[in-house]
Amino acid sequence: MDLKLGHYNKDGIEVVDVEGEIDVYTAPRLRELLIDLVNKNNYQLVVNMEKVEFLDSTGLGVLVGGLKRVRAHDGSLDLVCTQERILKIFRITGLTKVFGIHDTVDQAIAAKKSEK
Amino acid sequence: MATVEVTFTPLPAHVRTARLVATAVARRSGVDESLLDEVRLAVGEACSRAVEAHQRHCPAEPVRIEMTDHDQRFVVTVSDHAPTLRPAVAAPENGIHDGAGHDGAGEDGIGYEAIGHDGGSAIPAGFGLAVISGLAEDVRVLSTSSGVSVRMSWPSTAAS
Repeated sequence: MDLKLGHYNKDGIEVVDVEGEIDVYTAPRLRELLIDLVNKNNYQLVVNMEKVEFLDSTGLGVLVGGLKRVRAHDGSLDLVCTQERILKIFRITGLTKVFGIHDTVDQAIAAKKSEK
Repeated sequence: MATVEVTFTPLPAHVRTARLVATAVARRSGVDESLLDEVRLAVGEACSRAVEAHQRHCPAEPVRIEMTDHDQRFVVTVSDHAPTLRPAVAAPENGIHDGAGHDGAGEDGIGYEAIGHDGGSAIPAGFGLAVISGLAEDVRVLSTSSGVSVRMSWPSTAAS
């Protein structure tokens, strides 16, 4: 499978559902979506990675780029991921210290609300 | 000794194919199931790096992957033909070794051009190699003026 993307708003937070593989070929689509969401003034983002089957450094770059864009507007980008094989690349690169990573979308949203 | 060689046009769309082939060959070579995700990710990183280098310098040249069983190790070498002009940025020290004795390598034995033309990539050049070094026990990067080879290996248990 390549990449399926969807997004919806929940409690004022834009949730991005990602399904499939994020690599050098598919990552540009995720990048464009994140850029589009920020351009439409969505600065509180949650990216749901629970159905992501593959993530490489290109995908990490897109997520970091998205994080930088929302932070420029005092926003935040959190992740939902419990898959060890996806979390591994975050651990190898130290990015577990950069992203808030949660077990469910609801937990991510609750964490964002408690920060306010 | 089993050998599989794959060459592919340097297009991002083909990197997935390379990952799938490498994973299949690794499994057949007896690499433990628990390591196959690492193989897939590391080979994907190396191929992505090579594809981007070729797209910058030699888009008509194919990227080459060689996969062999050798001394109970599954060895993958991803080679590109993109000329190396200057040393790499921030290549990690652990797990990356120079191909000793080869002339033409960049300074400190590791050299390749910065990658990432994503309007200012959020990930610095060399990140892919850093990921590879965290995934494979043995990683060697050989950089010459005519291209870069990334050699990675994992333990296998295939009978010879």
